[in-house]
Amino acid sequence: MKHNLILRVVTKLLIPVIVLFALYVQFHGDYGPGGGFQAGVIFSVTFILYALIYGLDTAQRVMPMGVLRALASLGVLIYAGTGVAALLKGGNYLDYGVLAASPVAGQHLGILVIELGVGITVSSVMLLIFFTFAGRGRA
Amino acid sequence: MIDALIDITLLAFLAITAIAIMRTRNLFAVIMLFGIFSFLTAGLFVVMDAADVAFTEAAVGAGISTVLMLGTLAITKEHNEQLPAHRPWLPLLVVSVTGAALVYGTLDIPAFGDPQAPSHLHVAPRYIEQSLSETGVPNMVTAVLASYRGFDTLGEVTVIFTAGIGVLLIIGGQVQRKRRKGNKK
Repeated sequence: MKHNLILRVVTKLLIPVIVLFALYVQFHGDYGPGGGFQAGVIFSVTFILYALIYGLDTAQRVMPMGVLRALASLGVLIYAGTGVAALLKGGNYLDYGVLAASPVAGQHLGILVIELGVGITVSSVMLLIFFTFAGRGRA
Repeated sequence: MIDALIDITLLAFLAITAIAIMRTRNLFAVIMLFGIFSFLTAGLFVVMDAADVAFTEAAVGAGISTVLMLGTLAITKEHNEQLPAHRPWLPLLVVSVTGAALVYGTLDIPAFGDPQAPSHLHVAPRYIEQSLSETGVPNMVTAVLASYRGFDTLGEVTVIFTAGIGVLLIIGGQVQRKRRKGNKK
């Protein structure tokens, strides 16, 4: 799609909006519908759109496969690590109540952190799968 | 009244889409129909006030799944092979009996939204009454998903992670090997 000017311009306009919406869904998930799963998928859509319009190689230069592999593991690590942090602070595994001064603040903090882990893993795994499938079709 | 009308319209379109999916032989069209099916399902979830589920269905079912299926289609072929001619009567009988059994099973299910339903008497009242004061998170779905059912969600994330590793192991390595060979030439 090298010469499709309208698609290229519209994509450039859309990508920041989609990223902003993904971040809103991620961090507003405590108050409205949404959370890590949905935000991760929406975030990965920006790169999929970019890869569809500007080509797979350009997209992989922005987001290399190695980084994605590290991010996919990082998300799970953040989630599981939150549980370990709770253990170290003297609570049960994944009991966020002990993470902050008051149990309610701890719960809120823990939920935010693990949702972030979920979002990172979901978005990078979706991109990994998409890049792998798209790359194989061409090779 | 309006709710029932929307329900009937969405379910009718759902049935039409399902029949269209069965009868279409062009796989590209089938994938698009799957996307429509997911959006209709998301609409049904919204009518049932399950905004979080509808959100996931629209993003994952209609969005990512469609893209991934298109990616799969690009490395296979676009037309389903003609099915071998066999008699439809035995499958039809099996499907009818199973369907009748399932419909018969729904007769015992409590009505939609019944406050006396067993699933609403177990831990649900505690979530409704305590989740805001215990977690400080107004969205009850998030509180249940991330805190009360934190182990479940950790498992779900691990499943997604494992799926990524599986795809990389099965078809990811070959691409790199081929590219490396291409570079040597």
